[in-house]
Amino acid sequence: MLSLTLVLLVSAACEASTDLYVSETPLPPELVRSAVSPVPTPAGSPYTAEEYGHPGIALARSADEPASATDSGESSHHHGGGYKIVQWEWSYVQTPYIIAIWLLVASVAKILFHFSQRFTTVVPESCMLILLGLVLGGIVLMANKKQLYQLDPGLFFLFLLPTIVGDAGYFMPARLFFDNLGAILMYAVVGTLWNAFCTGFCLYGVKLAGVIDDKVEAGLMEFLLFGALISAVDPVAVLAVFEEVHVNEMLFIIVFGESLLNDAVTVVLYKVYISFVEVGPGNVQTADYFKGVASFLIVSIGGTLVGLIFAVILAFVTRFTKKVRIIEPLFVFLLVYLAYLTAELFSLSAILSMTFCGIGCNKYVEANISQKSRTTVKYTMKTLASIAETIIFIFLGISAVDKSKWAWDTGLISCTLIFIFVFRAIGVVGQTWVLNWFRLVPLDKIDQVVMSYGGLRGAVAFALVVLLDGEQVKAKDYFVATTIVVVFFTVMFQGLTIKPLVKWLKVPRSTNRKPTINEEIHERAFDHILTAVEDIAGLNGYHHWRDKWEQFDKNYLSKLLMRKSVYRKSELWEAYQKINIRDAISVIDQGGNVLTSARLSLPSMASRTSFPEVTNVTNYLRENGSGVCLDLQVIDTVPGAKMEEETEMHRALAGNLYKPRKRYQSHYSRHFMTVGEKEKQDREIFQRNMRTRLENFKSTRYKRHKKDRSQKKRKGSDAKEQESSDKPRRNVSWQDKDPVVVPVEFENEKNEQSEPEKDEDVGITFVARKAPETPKERPKSVPAALDVCQSPAIVPPSPTCGEKNLPWKSGVGTLPPCVSVEATKIIPIDLQQAWNQSISSLESLASPPVPLEPQHPRVSALSRLGGPPRPLSTGSVPAPPVTGQFQFPGGKDEEEESALSQQQQEIQPLMSSTRPPPPPPPLPAQPAGKRRNPCVYLRSLVTASPPGSEPHSRGPTQL
Amino acid sequence: MGSRASSLLREEDIEEIKKETGFSHSQITRLYSRFHSLDKGENGALSREDFQRIPELAINPLGDRIINAFFPEGEDQVNFRGFMRTLAHFRPVEDNEKNKDPNAGEPLNSRTNKLLFAFRLYDLDRDDKISRDELLQVLRMMVGVNISDEQLGSIADRTIQEADTNGDMCISFSEFIKVLEKVDVEQKMSIRFLH
Repeated sequence: MLSLTLVLLVSAACEASTDLYVSETPLPPELVRSAVSPVPTPAGSPYTAEEYGHPGIALARSADEPASATDSGESSHHHGGGYKIVQWEWSYVQTPYIIAIWLLVASVAKILFHFSQRFTTVVPESCMLILLGLVLGGIVLMANKKQLYQLDPGLFFLFLLPTIVGDAGYFMPARLFFDNLGAILMYAVVGTLWNAFCTGFCLYGVKLAGVIDDKVEAGLMEFLLFGALISAVDPVAVLAVFEEVHVNEMLFIIVFGESLLNDAVTVVLYKVYISFVEVGPGNVQTADYFKGVASFLIVSIGGTLVGLIFAVILAFVTRFTKKVRIIEPLFVFLLVYLAYLTAELFSLSAILSMTFCGIGCNKYVEANISQKSRTTVKYTMKTLASIAETIIFIFLGISAVDKSKWAWDTGLISCTLIFIFVFRAIGVVGQTWVLNWFRLVPLDKIDQVVMSYGGLRGAVAFALVVLLDGEQVKAKDYFVATTIVVVFFTVMFQGLTIKPLVKWLKVPRSTNRKPTINEEIHERAFDHILTAVEDIAGLNGYHHWRDKWEQFDKNYLSKLLMRKSVYRKSELWEAYQKINIRDAISVIDQGGNVLTSARLSLPSMASRTSFPEVTNVTNYLRENGSGVCLDLQVIDTVPGAKMEEETEMHRALAGNLYKPRKRYQSHYSRHFMTVGEKEKQDREIFQRNMRTRLENFKSTRYKRHKKDRSQKKRKGSDAKEQESSDKPRRNVSWQDKDPVVVPVEFENEKNEQSEPEKDEDVGITFVARKAPETPKERPKSVPAALDVCQSPAIVPPSPTCGEKNLPWKSGVGTLPPCVSVEATKIIPIDLQQAWNQSISSLESLASPPVPLEPQHPRVSALSRLGGPPRPLSTGSVPAPPVTGQFQFPGGKDEEEESALSQQQQEIQPLMSSTRPPPPPPPLPAQPAGKRRNPCVYLRSLVTASPPGSEPHSRGPTQL
Repeated sequence: MGSRASSLLREEDIEEIKKETGFSHSQITRLYSRFHSLDKGENGALSREDFQRIPELAINPLGDRIINAFFPEGEDQVNFRGFMRTLAHFRPVEDNEKNKDPNAGEPLNSRTNKLLFAFRLYDLDRDDKISRDELLQVLRMMVGVNISDEQLGSIADRTIQEADTNGDMCISFSEFIKVLEKVDVEQKMSIRFLH
């Protein structure tokens, strides 16, 4: 590690020196102005774009080098002499080369730190990076006698900070953020103001008292200015430290939200004080203070508005990218970044703008863009943010090793440290006391301690202090030195100790846990309950307003900003899909391991054991990337021809996986395109409520009435199902559970009615296969189904048989242990229950089927794929048995055999009447040798191919 | 309004309610005025119609279920005591209540009682089990028509299967508690009543 670092260091140092020769005059480095302040900036805007937007200065600009000098590099003396075979074109590649080298150093450093697991758990990465920066800076200093690099404010504000803020804003947990918005705003505005004023005044006080050396030439305004820039909690530092500490979400969001939102306060205070310093404290008029307040309002609200406007634009644009999926991520990056730049352009709060752009657009953009784009956005953002963070900390370290900054004043430094810590603590306690009057969940003492201690200062303060004009702020060097010490102290000392502190205080940690479907549902119900109770109690509380917002969002915003196809989706359904996918992935991941019965569980089931940590990591990454994409358009990108080139296994699975999706889509578009009036939901609920009230009115006895109604409902639904076979049946073969319950009802209440339904199911089961090819068709006709059977390309779905077997069978416990196809898994009977219900197809394939199934050609076709070659027992009874079993799973409990055969007999005539004799089972085109591992394939499906993501989402049920 | 309403409320009533529900005096008078304004019949009790007159409840998916939760079984009227008793479920759990003496009985706003309230919304027939059918009804209320029956069915199945530990394909109250054990119910089932 050391040697590698050294190599890098030397190379960096070499470049550094070359850089100097190239860009400066060939003077010895130490003669170059050693303490030239960076380019003075207009006081009104601390970081103007044009100045730092100059090409080629970005990363490598040395600290003391005027911007204009960079271009003078052509006259490099390396080019002397006549013709050279190999030319040294350093000046040509200089800038990008140095940038790349720095990125490389930063990345390698990151790798190295994570070699030692034990070490990184104790020492935060940010500390290590700063230390590395110090070492690097030391080496550069030794080589050049002068520090060449520092954290350049322009680079920081225009490139490094936006990547981090963009990532933070885009992935901000919106609900949590807005739940705590009151507290966040309070800490960000009141807290920062309090810190700034108190620190400034007190420093001035101790200066008057003589604690601070006279060399520090600063008046009240200078100290207030310094207090303003040093008092803001820094998002970069907070992120870096808190992400490793894993405190609970609420605590994190409050501290982190504060660090983001206090930007407006800091920016305004900073600008106001700079202008005050410029004109001199004596010339400040009363009006200027009011201007300051107005400026604060404009900067903060304006920044927020700019962000929201860009969020709307971004969401709206992504509505129309379905033909050009590939540039979706670019849009996200561009517009989020533009939100930042635009705010900078109008000297509004850029961080606020970007944060709110991210928060605002996330919901709609994520819904609009494709799965792949989502993953791309996520990874790119995380990568950029991570590398930006690394560079920031390294450069902070390097910047510290600079003689020009060693204007040490013990009094100033120690007073500043004490003040910021004390006032932070006082501020937090005071504000929390006020907030707890209003908060539902009061912040207790431990929270306050962590919040006080978590007030980390960082690169923002440093960049701001470096931007100061040395001409006007005489004590700039002292301020810079103090800021560096403060930043180092908070990031390193507090960063190091906050983890033990949190452990010692037993602060509730965050659990990196995804909600189960139960939690999704019940929490949604809780929200409704709370809203209703607030309404009943006559309080216009938080839930009341949130409900109002959600109505507005649903009625207007979502309609405007989301694709129609997406807009129709139910959130609950999406949550369900996601959980299913998660389960599928983890189950598949397990497939690679030895499967013991104890581990055969679904992770999202709270009641059962969860997976070991190791698999969770991969799952976590993957599942975040592979949320459900219910987008119709994605499918279009998958050419049908390509599928045919795949093996039969592929076709079987893919055929199955894709269909329901399209069918849903067409279903949605058929039924809901036209209905989109604004208060549809309200109307629905209203009507439903009124109806029940009416019924209530009719029958006084509540309980009985309900029973009646439920029965009525059941009947009604039955009837409906019969009428419109397409809708409910669409994906029957996919619903592992539907068969379970629906049949029970039939069985219990109306056995005689079940016959006709059987029929329909037959038709529908087939139709489901057919769907991908003729998505828009309403598959009512049986012939269509037959076509499907005949075409080898679309292999009948495995799930059918799986469903037939498992869901209800398990309860009976009559199944012998199933040997699943994909291998080596032996699933004991008792586990079947847990297993089969959300998993089906693969195991079911191999599991000993109910007597009739093996005869089905589909089954045989599937068994070919992975299972042991099964005796192809004549496709004499192709479809009917399947559906029969499928239909009456419950029936099997007692009279399995008889019921089945009976059904079969009953069905067969029906079937034969409508369709020609079933085609012979397709010959096994792929012998056992071609068998592939379904696990691998499925995984590739889930992880790699977003187009199929909807199918996957369905898939998990069967997996 | 507040004074008129509170005048109808006797001090000793307030004390009793205070003891039972944990609401503060001012909260009780405030809520009593609300109760009074809801009580169009002026008979000191609310009927279902009184609740149904609240416009927001008509567009709340679970509105009628929640109204029903206010009424004791088999009754059509709820007096102020009952009204407050139900609302007390949603009082946030305060610090000093956490370590109260345990023999005082479980307060209405305990975690269990909050969960029980939610559970009762599902459990229509009061058999202490959420059957698939009951769950489906609530789900149907919450999702609207965009989602098809069998999508909903599979969600319901999944939900039950996830929570069901004893294999009866129903969610009992203990299973309900278990499945939500990681949820901060104290927070998510509380609202802030004005002081």
